[in-house]
Amino acid sequence: MRLQYPPDIKIILMPCTGRVDILHLLKAFEAGADAVFVAGCLEGECHYLMGNIRAKKRVNKVKKDFAQMGLEPERVEMFNLSSSEGPKFAAIAKEMVERTLKLGPSPVRAEARAAWLAAQPKEAVG
Amino acid sequence: MAAVKKDPVGKVMVVGAGIAGVQAALDLANAGFYVHLVEKKSAIGGVMAQLDKTFPTNDCSMCIISPKLVECGRHLNIDILPLSEVKGITGEPGNFTVTVAREPRYIDPAKCTGCGACTEVCPVRVPDDFNLGLGEGKAIYRLYPQAIPATFAIKKVDRAPCVRACPANLSAQGYVQLIKEHKYPEALALIMDRLPLPGTIGRICPHPCESDCRRQEVDEPIAICNLKRFVADAVDWDAMPVPDIPQRSEKVAIVGAGPSGLSCAFHLALKGVKPVIFEAAPETGGWLRYGIPEYRLPREVLDREVDYIKRLGVKIHCNSPIGGDRTINDLLTRDGFNAVFIGVGAQDSIRLPVPGSDAPGVLWGVEYLKDSASGQKFAFKGKKVLVVGGGNVAMDVARTARRQGGDVTLICLETREEMPASPWEVEEAEHEGIEIVTRWGVKEIKAQGGQVKGLELKAVARVFDEQGRFSPTYFEDQTASRDADVVIMAIGQKTNLKFLTAADGVKLTPRGLIETDPVTKATSREGVFAGGDVETGPYIAIAAVAAGREAALSIERYLTGQDLKAHREAPLRPIPKEEGNWSPIRADIEKKHRALMQTVPVEEWIKGFKEINLGYREEEAVEEAARCINCGICSECMQCAISCQAGAVAHAQGPEKLELNVGAVILAPGFQVYDPTKYDAYHYANYPNVVTSLEFERILSASGPYAGHLVRPSDHAEPKKVAWLQCVGSRDLHHCDNSFCSAVCCMYAIKQAVIAKEHCKEYTLDATIFFMDMRTHGKDFEKYYWRAEEEHGVRFVRSRVHTIDPVPGTDSLTIRYLAETGELKTEEFDLVVLSVGLESSADALNLARTMGVEVRPETRFAATSPFTPVDTNQTGVYVCGVFQAPKDIPQSVMEASAAAAAAGELLAPARGTAIKVRELPPEIDVAGQAPRVGVFVCNCGINIGGVINVPVLTEYAATLPGVVFSDQNLFTCSADTQDKILNAIKEHQLNRVVVASCSPRTHMAMFQDTIQEVGLNPYLFEMANIRDQDSWVHMHEPEKALAKAKDLVRGAVARVVQLEPLHKQAFPVCKNALVIGGGVAGMEAARSMANMGFQAYLVEKTDKLGGQAWNLVTSSRGYDYRGYLEGLIQKVESHPNIEVLFNSEIKDTSGFIGNFNTNIKTPQGERMIDHGVTVMATGGQAYSPEEYLYGRHPHVFTSLELDKAIAEKDPHVAEAQQAVFIQCVGSREPERPYCSRLCCTHSVESAIDLKRMNPEMDVFILYRDMRTYGEKELLYKEARELGVVFIRYDLENKPKVKTTPVRGLQVTITDPILGRPVVLHPDILTLASAILPNPVEDIGEIFKVPRNAEGFLNEAHAKLRPVDLPSDGLFLAGLAHYPKPIDESIAQAKAAAGRAATFLSKDQVEVGGIVAVVDQDKCAVCLTCVRACPFNVPVIDYTVDAAYIDPAKCQGCGICPSECPAKAITLKNFTDAQVIAQETALAAG
Repeated sequence: MRLQYPPDIKIILMPCTGRVDILHLLKAFEAGADAVFVAGCLEGECHYLMGNIRAKKRVNKVKKDFAQMGLEPERVEMFNLSSSEGPKFAAIAKEMVERTLKLGPSPVRAEARAAWLAAQPKEAVG
Repeated sequence: MAAVKKDPVGKVMVVGAGIAGVQAALDLANAGFYVHLVEKKSAIGGVMAQLDKTFPTNDCSMCIISPKLVECGRHLNIDILPLSEVKGITGEPGNFTVTVAREPRYIDPAKCTGCGACTEVCPVRVPDDFNLGLGEGKAIYRLYPQAIPATFAIKKVDRAPCVRACPANLSAQGYVQLIKEHKYPEALALIMDRLPLPGTIGRICPHPCESDCRRQEVDEPIAICNLKRFVADAVDWDAMPVPDIPQRSEKVAIVGAGPSGLSCAFHLALKGVKPVIFEAAPETGGWLRYGIPEYRLPREVLDREVDYIKRLGVKIHCNSPIGGDRTINDLLTRDGFNAVFIGVGAQDSIRLPVPGSDAPGVLWGVEYLKDSASGQKFAFKGKKVLVVGGGNVAMDVARTARRQGGDVTLICLETREEMPASPWEVEEAEHEGIEIVTRWGVKEIKAQGGQVKGLELKAVARVFDEQGRFSPTYFEDQTASRDADVVIMAIGQKTNLKFLTAADGVKLTPRGLIETDPVTKATSREGVFAGGDVETGPYIAIAAVAAGREAALSIERYLTGQDLKAHREAPLRPIPKEEGNWSPIRADIEKKHRALMQTVPVEEWIKGFKEINLGYREEEAVEEAARCINCGICSECMQCAISCQAGAVAHAQGPEKLELNVGAVILAPGFQVYDPTKYDAYHYANYPNVVTSLEFERILSASGPYAGHLVRPSDHAEPKKVAWLQCVGSRDLHHCDNSFCSAVCCMYAIKQAVIAKEHCKEYTLDATIFFMDMRTHGKDFEKYYWRAEEEHGVRFVRSRVHTIDPVPGTDSLTIRYLAETGELKTEEFDLVVLSVGLESSADALNLARTMGVEVRPETRFAATSPFTPVDTNQTGVYVCGVFQAPKDIPQSVMEASAAAAAAGELLAPARGTAIKVRELPPEIDVAGQAPRVGVFVCNCGINIGGVINVPVLTEYAATLPGVVFSDQNLFTCSADTQDKILNAIKEHQLNRVVVASCSPRTHMAMFQDTIQEVGLNPYLFEMANIRDQDSWVHMHEPEKALAKAKDLVRGAVARVVQLEPLHKQAFPVCKNALVIGGGVAGMEAARSMANMGFQAYLVEKTDKLGGQAWNLVTSSRGYDYRGYLEGLIQKVESHPNIEVLFNSEIKDTSGFIGNFNTNIKTPQGERMIDHGVTVMATGGQAYSPEEYLYGRHPHVFTSLELDKAIAEKDPHVAEAQQAVFIQCVGSREPERPYCSRLCCTHSVESAIDLKRMNPEMDVFILYRDMRTYGEKELLYKEARELGVVFIRYDLENKPKVKTTPVRGLQVTITDPILGRPVVLHPDILTLASAILPNPVEDIGEIFKVPRNAEGFLNEAHAKLRPVDLPSDGLFLAGLAHYPKPIDESIAQAKAAAGRAATFLSKDQVEVGGIVAVVDQDKCAVCLTCVRACPFNVPVIDYTVDAAYIDPAKCQGCGICPSECPAKAITLKNFTDAQVIAQETALAAG
């Protein structure tokens, strides 16, 4: 369908979202990602029966940890969609990029974050 | 099994590649047979590929079918034959020869990479068949995005009538399409492929193309000629490129620079031959310059076109007549020309032999026009000019004379209608003030004193004779007289061939024309060719152009020593309208007048010779072009061929005929959905918001016409209320001949209603299903139905809707229906979905006829017996899927596997004899080597290269750590690039490969195959998806796309460096099968496998084979169940490959597919059996009712007990006055929420038996929904015809049964139509009791087989793996799976055998690869993995105190390594190190 979405999204192929480890989510941030999302099959439609349910739990765990660490939990998200839902994928990609632009660079990237904060209008940072 | 005479052929043909055909092909190919898979469409997948979701799991249809299609497409032993049809069969079972006709695809599949660049440029929009016309596609198409084969195809029918009508076969539809697309240079180039004078001909042509244009059936023909003129004028001729053509040495002389000579020279010049034109006149153009007046054809138009011909290297010598000192013979023998073309036209006037015709002052048309064109002044001002003639030349003469000041009258023989002149010429002449006088001939030209005085005329009696030949007769006595100062005779032209000499040797015809070969244009003199008016007599210029081209083709052949005629493309000529196969004219086409060309004001016309027509403005031209209806579908505009960088487009392809030798044939031609156009009261054809259910599938589909947005067709508004109307084209003899039930519509309608409601997030969709009987008789269907009603709020209305009417002023519809209460109701809906039934297509019936396969006349489905459900009347020809009888996907898949088993039994000796095996070189050991990565970047034609700067990316890749080589390719997947990759691996000692191109989904396996060919492990490979995930989705941001491509390649390289070779372990396969359960299903499965040559062990817990089937007697259809059963038992017990273990039970089992060991307790002691597969056929039993006085009253029976009583002619039954059946006893109840599937049919059959036994007996069937699905509906119909009374009841209002002292049994039921209780006093009461699975807790536990809440075994996938159990190597069949009649049990049993054969036929199984492995040292035995695995694979090995994951069982999902707290588990190929390396590199950008 060649639906256009922002080029900031880079996709990593996994056999199943069940293989997405908390470690992988955290390492992505460490490596400089500003947000990470996991795109799994619709609930109940996992080819491996339970993979997406497991992934959802892990994403929620990372969200919780983020909140405790002072990172925005919205930087990590789980979505469920089927392989024929191209438009939905494009919409998710757009939404995540918009969300990330609002949040600014991840605090892991200290310099970029400082520069971004400095460039924000005062009241918005407030 | 019928014996096969000689060595059978190990190949099978499967006809039809829907899900049934695909499954049969895969099972056969995986079981050692070579398969030819014949499909009529351009891709496989059938109707299932068109569906949105599938019931009852709501899986995405495409998601689940796609892997099967891909497997089929890549299978070494499946030869897919798309666009093909079976035309004949000869031979015998085991050795057939099948004739297959293959339609051209017009694309070379070996070259097409499926990139889609061609569809982007194709101008022809056609209704998209895959979306059932709801959207538009292109003439060059791929059936659907995931289509296999991925090769595009072109839709062509007969070439358009306009093309055929044109003497030069100009690609009129093509250039009209290109004009529509604003592609003017391209349009002009297409015209000039055949016509070098587009602006000239575009002005003067009488355009026979328009006369044949089919658009006039709607309104008016397309203005093709005006469009040609437009495009010729829209292009800057001076800037037109001159192609670079290799020059040849031969010279050709061309006599005459008219249309034929110029055309011949042009086409020769394009072939590199040097043409030299000799022209007698001072200037070029011939008749175009000297015959056509300037107001029609400005000289600069002709000049610019002749100039371009000169720029191609054509030499033109004017004032150089042939004859005298330069004869044709001289040209050939003296002047060094290798060939000559004569195209001198017909430039002399025909002289009329009437008195006075040689008088001074009488002018002759041709000469007059020529002199005028040459600048001679004729002072006609104030003079009366009479022009004689009715053709276009006479018009030119008259209008020229008018411009020279004459007071002009034209006199002709013909009536206005008969005049040969173009009607618009006559009209324009009148506008100019010329009087037209018809039906008069010239008797005499009156002259006086050397001056013409006028004409003496005679009245015409007729112009043409009975044969339509020109043969005027006159009323000599009716005369008239006209005065004139000038008379110009324009009554015809003739050739002047006086320049020919005897030495030239060019023969003439009796009519004085040059004699030529009509095909080659060769004259009697070798090397001399002629064409145009010299050959045909005076005719239109475009015909002369065509002749010049034909002659040029001949001359080129002549010069290169080829045969002039061999393989020559014959010119297309018009075909009668009724014979042409053209695109249908759509009913919804909007009428529109053709564009009128602007002219200068009429009063200006006669003031001079300025052109009067001004041509189209651009928007007029584009709009006019858009009126074209694309008769030929493909317009042959050639844009696809130009855009295809792989050179795959082959417009010249023709049909093929193949003769294929096969041992057996499986027919799976599927169905067509009923066309409700014929159903007048539903107005499907008239109202866009009445759609078929298949159309609704496409509406719901994310890849459909509305991208999955639920809107209605008319205005794309979201519907708030949708109605489904059931049984449209099913259970109906009024509107069609389909008395059967289509078996699937109830479920698909519920599914559509549920999915539609889910689509509407913003509002609650009102979904209503109007039905007669709700038939949810499949596994888990009933629960689905209940959930739809209770949880999703779908409304169910029991009524057959009789009319749909429009709501005036809106696009909505009103439904009129009779409620069950008898009240007539109307209700408004925004959208109405017709749940159309399934029927055999004409193609399927033709196929059956060709194969000699019988169909049932009542239903037009293949005739089969319940005991051999996939056998046809022709041995060796099998059938499966809906063509056997209407059925859903799992049933079709089941039958496909059964048909594969049947063919496998027939051809057992030939298994493995005709298959291809891939030979691979020994693997290179890369252990310890530093990574040497090669990166291959793909341009994908322009798909990637058009957005991303590929050279820069390729250079960048070379700088990445580990990369030692990088290169770019136009198409990395093309065959020649595979060789390049192999050479690069060898030359640079690459030990890892990255391809940056499209999707691993489609191409990964192919590249992995490639690197294996030089011994690289296939897991040392990675793809960077820079097309689907980059250039296609960021096409407007090339810089960012390049940056992302760099990131993706960097990530892929980082990952590939971390990858390690993986090896699968091979284990030999034990070719024995264990079958549990000795009922019909178990016996049929065992027998089928035994017939295929495998050893079967049949474990039966009792002392007797047969199971439930012993309860079946003879059915009302005359099937002898008992005879069949006894025969089967005999065959099983005597089969050399079957051992039956009676009174035996399973104790325990271990192992994995191909290597199971099962311990069986037999009366002789425990026995250990090694086997490769297991079939569970543990059976079921009838529910013993507790309700309705069963067991408490002697005259209350179960269905089986009644069967027995009927068979034994029990006098109480035989003499009964009244019999009552109660349906759904124990079924469809909250504690047993499923339909037992066979009880409705059973009761109907028993009722028929009773009625036949005693027609006077009153028989009542009390039912909730009659579920006589499929062809069983015919029995229901028969029962009603015999007088059986059916009374419906609800779950809330069940019948009440009691005994009364006087009249015995009393049954009370509330009739829903009468609304009143009905009291019956049956002599016999039969309870259609539920079917229960046999309890198999123990076996279920031993084999770890999942069961559903009701105790039936759960198959691996409800839709596509209906006989596989989730664990590999385990299969199921019969009542253990779900209640089913005997024919379905047999089909499923054979299917289990067919599936088992795909493993048993292999010599070894490979396990491992992408699986999880445990590091024993790290394992803390915490059991997390044991609990996390959805497949129960990890176990604790207490000998080492660590978890163990059997590689043969691991599914590779990666859940356990991600859960393991000690990180003791690794998923191969997706290790933490590999994932983290990739993401770290990706994020580093």
